[in-house]
Amino acid sequence: MNRIVLLVEDSPGDVRLTREAFRDADPQIDLRIAVDGVEAMAYLRQEGVHIDAPRPDFILLDLNLPKMDGREVLAHIKEDDDLKTIPTVILTTSDAEADIVTSYKLQANCYLSKPVQLEEFESLVKSINDFWLTRVKLPQQALSN
Amino acid sequence: MDKVKTILLIEDCPGDVRLTREAFRGVEDVLRFHVAADGVEAVSFLRREGVHGYAPRPDLILLDLNLPRMDGRQVLSVIKQDDDLKTIPTVVLTTSEMEADIEAVYQLRANCYLTKPVEFDAFENLVRRTSIFWLTMARLPPQQRARC
Repeated sequence: MNRIVLLVEDSPGDVRLTREAFRDADPQIDLRIAVDGVEAMAYLRQEGVHIDAPRPDFILLDLNLPKMDGREVLAHIKEDDDLKTIPTVILTTSDAEADIVTSYKLQANCYLSKPVQLEEFESLVKSINDFWLTRVKLPQQALSN
Repeated sequence: MDKVKTILLIEDCPGDVRLTREAFRGVEDVLRFHVAADGVEAVSFLRREGVHGYAPRPDLILLDLNLPRMDGRQVLSVIKQDDDLKTIPTVVLTTSEMEADIEAVYQLRANCYLTKPVEFDAFENLVRRTSIFWLTMARLPPQQRARC
């Protein structure tokens, strides 16, 4: 089954790296991009141009985003009865303990720090694919769609 | 130096306990590994009640769903409704593959859901990969300092 992953990330370099790393890990993955928090919520709520957007099986969320912060996006996802079961993993450059605690309080499913080194970043994306998209049981698509 | 991580495994099957402990020790040899054999004991441990007065706060919880005395779903609700405990990543490891169970467990805010394979080798492999991911890749919330 093709997994749909929503990547919420404003850095074009990180988007490209993540896309390439997923392609290497599993070409079947359908990676969708939202470049800020407002677009991410519009995608998830199927608003405007996103009216036909498929529900993602998994969300990778950066914390520092334009327009609407990743923390706010996370809070919206986890307060929404329909969206809250989608596993949402934080992928950010921040190593601050306050960000880690806040993210888990807001019910992030997991917190990952972006490695600075290119090879480590690729290896992290492979691990995400191997663990979250292969081993973990994800909730099925909402039946209402 | 990283501080020693504490794992709480809530599991009633001795064979699964042994295998999980070995897999985690294989990834990080200095580890505090605690086992609660049923849901009531797990909650006492987490709340530091009775004999668990000095129990350390776990960095990671591994939770089976089918447990004696108090079901894993109930334990999960207790953890995720408690302001102090809810930040502890809680990984559900169970035999059930039913979609209704998977959905219900994510509704109860489990951090992730894994199905135990029937075959020994596959189970060992899953536990090893789980331990590698959560111990070496994921950032876990810091231990809170004891309040005096």
